[in-house]
Amino acid sequence: MLKKRLIPKLQLRQRRLGKSVRMVLVTTIQFGGVMEIGDPVSQAKIYQAQAADELIFVDLDAHVGDRDTMAEVVKTAAEEIFMPFTVGGGVRSLSDFRRLLNSGADKVSINTAAVESPGLIDEAARVFGAQCVVLSIDYRRMPDGRWTVWTRGGKQETGLDLVTWAKEGESRGAGEILLTSIDRDGTTTGLDIETTKAVADVVSVPVITSGGCGLARHFVEGFIDGKADAVSAGTFFCFKDQNPMQTRAHIRNAGIPIRLHT
Amino acid sequence: MIAVIDYGMGNLLSVFNGLQMVGADARICTAPQDLADAERIILPGVGAFPDCVRNLKTTGFWDALNHEVLEKKKPILGICLGMQVMAKRGSEVQPCEGLGWFDAEVVRMTPADAALRVPQIGWNDVSFREGSPLFKGLKCPTDFYFVHSFFMKCANPEDVDATCDYGGAVTAAVRRDNIFATQFHPEKSQDYGLRVLENFLSWMP
Repeated sequence: MLKKRLIPKLQLRQRRLGKSVRMVLVTTIQFGGVMEIGDPVSQAKIYQAQAADELIFVDLDAHVGDRDTMAEVVKTAAEEIFMPFTVGGGVRSLSDFRRLLNSGADKVSINTAAVESPGLIDEAARVFGAQCVVLSIDYRRMPDGRWTVWTRGGKQETGLDLVTWAKEGESRGAGEILLTSIDRDGTTTGLDIETTKAVADVVSVPVITSGGCGLARHFVEGFIDGKADAVSAGTFFCFKDQNPMQTRAHIRNAGIPIRLHT
Repeated sequence: MIAVIDYGMGNLLSVFNGLQMVGADARICTAPQDLADAERIILPGVGAFPDCVRNLKTTGFWDALNHEVLEKKKPILGICLGMQVMAKRGSEVQPCEGLGWFDAEVVRMTPADAALRVPQIGWNDVSFREGSPLFKGLKCPTDFYFVHSFFMKCANPEDVDATCDYGGAVTAAVRRDNIFATQFHPEKSQDYGLRVLENFLSWMP
């Protein structure tokens, strides 16, 4: 039986130290409130030791900074960890895809560029295969109850309806959908179950949901009520006295098929 | 030397890193003549079946592989699309002839349970044939990591070395003579996957 997946998310920012630039692991709250945590590759190795199912790396500064820095992190990570990982942030072209895949990423996520030039989804799926194209969607719940898609790190409202966009992404060839609730990001108040389910019900590709995990129970809700195939969390694993192994045991006890690596 | 074939299809670095991790003298090979020096060959692959066939042919690896594997009997490990291309025929995008090492067709997965998604992405239990040298030291079943929409449907059950369940039995590995191939990604399956790579390195077919 295919297992549900637990995916730590590593958000990275560039930090300048004199002349050199390096990537540091950070957490965010509702896409702001950045807090530095440590070294991304060390943390990735810890997650591997704790048998996380996959990892997601997101470069929060790719739109402004030097992208080779991220490719270096990906390369180093690929030498150290033997598990699948997705890389995203600032991906705008097929050559961005190629560089990250050649550096060792298994999947590449696109967000802003997919909204601004949706044909990139089709092209990337044709050239690299749908399985490595992850459509990442950041959204907010509007006062009138609609769920709308936001780009540029949660700063730009697009007016697109979340569910419509997810379906379009799938039909263009995205192999997976990664949902992030901006409202819940870093709040530890629980996943946005209603939205996750609304998307999972209409697309046939796997759905990863994220934003809001603060308790092991929240993962269980994401799988059972939200019908997610995978749950991703950043803050949860960075601050709480929680790790993927403990969380997994909790999920398993709720009767959900999940890997227990022993 | 273990040759990892580079024919423009996918994530070679992970396979290379995985082999290094288990102590192999791995080399990424871009020219078909490099295979002559190889003791063992790895054929990775990510992407679509017809592109894979076309690239193998235009790079010259197609003929070199047939020679090294079928005539010189070198052990080969195919991974994901590198496994599928060993079938007689593929049906992804358009019908297309494969290497034909296995009497098999590569078809889109149609899980009986509508709740199962395609592609299959994630860790699934793999049950293997008792005594398979490639799964030596692993308990049955063991989780491996899959990412695929198509699978190899074998005409001869004796070619099937392992299966997983995804709304029906899905071929997870095939083995015949000196040819072994996995639908899952050993290089992405943490310790268990590295164990399969290690087993391949010591395999004496």
